[in-house]
Amino acid sequence: MSTATKELIKKDAFLTYLLRLADDRLILGQRNAEWCGHGPQLEEDLALANISLDLIGHATALYEYAAKIEDEGHDEDYFAFFRDDRDFTNLQLCELPKGDFGFTIARQFLFSAFSYFQYERLKEAKDEQFAGMINKHLKEIKYHLRHSREWVLRLGDGTEESHNRIQESFDELWMYIDELFYMDEIDEFLIDKGIAIDSSEFKDEWKKLVEETLTEATLTVPDWDQFMMTGSRKGIHTEHLGHMLAQMQFLRRSHPDAEWK
Amino acid sequence: MSEEKNKDNWPLWEVFTQPKSGKPHEHAGSLHAPDKEMALQNARDTYARRNEGVSIWVVESKYITASTPEDMGPFFDPANDKPYRHPQFYSVPRAVKKRS
Repeated sequence: MSTATKELIKKDAFLTYLLRLADDRLILGQRNAEWCGHGPQLEEDLALANISLDLIGHATALYEYAAKIEDEGHDEDYFAFFRDDRDFTNLQLCELPKGDFGFTIARQFLFSAFSYFQYERLKEAKDEQFAGMINKHLKEIKYHLRHSREWVLRLGDGTEESHNRIQESFDELWMYIDELFYMDEIDEFLIDKGIAIDSSEFKDEWKKLVEETLTEATLTVPDWDQFMMTGSRKGIHTEHLGHMLAQMQFLRRSHPDAEWK
Repeated sequence: MSEEKNKDNWPLWEVFTQPKSGKPHEHAGSLHAPDKEMALQNARDTYARRNEGVSIWVVESKYITASTPEDMGPFFDPANDKPYRHPQFYSVPRAVKKRS
């Protein structure tokens, strides 16, 4: 293989990897933002909006870097607003409708717990700009994890209604969690290059945190061995993503040259 | 959720933020939260998003004892006509002046 071909493959793999990370954060941030003005309390409204902004900020930085690596004259807005659902590679977990407060919290906890272990390792990546970004975002992820975990404990060990609702939310979310640990040739190629990480290395740690938290919240840990959804990293999504993108992208596509003044 | 029910469920907390290490904590405002850990987190989201500080205190408002408007006279007035309580009659040594 010539050096040029090798570089091309690395560029494509890294671009795919960055977009997967960014898509997760954009889509989940957009979902959480639906709570804005509808939070159960003013203070929680603020907290959820803050988490949304953090996630969308993380996505923006990753998209900017992806645009630079792709080198086709795109910008972060192109990736967010001018791709279709089949181009998005976010986890199905992130695109599910926001549900009730318990559902949003349960999903955030599972996702933030995963992100925490993932970023703790990714910050050592052999790419200065990427590692710097990850390090900066990790601080916010720690807070997202703390906030969502505390709520899982309170809702699980709260009233009968809050307990039942968050239990149902975890039961519903369970078939989407296997995808968190999905890896393919893109990951393997980049693990070799010292950029990506092997998520199976921290699967047990993540499981332990999830099980301990649910147990402390007096919740039942759903069955790990059940049917699991797959395909989102290849662009296969639930019916919810298309509807969400239609809403999210409409304005930008109707007025592609509009600018903030 | 009615305002009434809110107040029953979630108590009110007062938030104090410390602008920098070594400075005193200052009252930043108040918020509702179910318990102290959540109060601390809500305080961070409400009052510490723009580098306002390095430390936060939260205290449930009901634990604060405050003076009332009626206390104004007996508490604060007597100080006004006792000039000897204020050290403005001392001349400050030059060495001290230079240092400040």
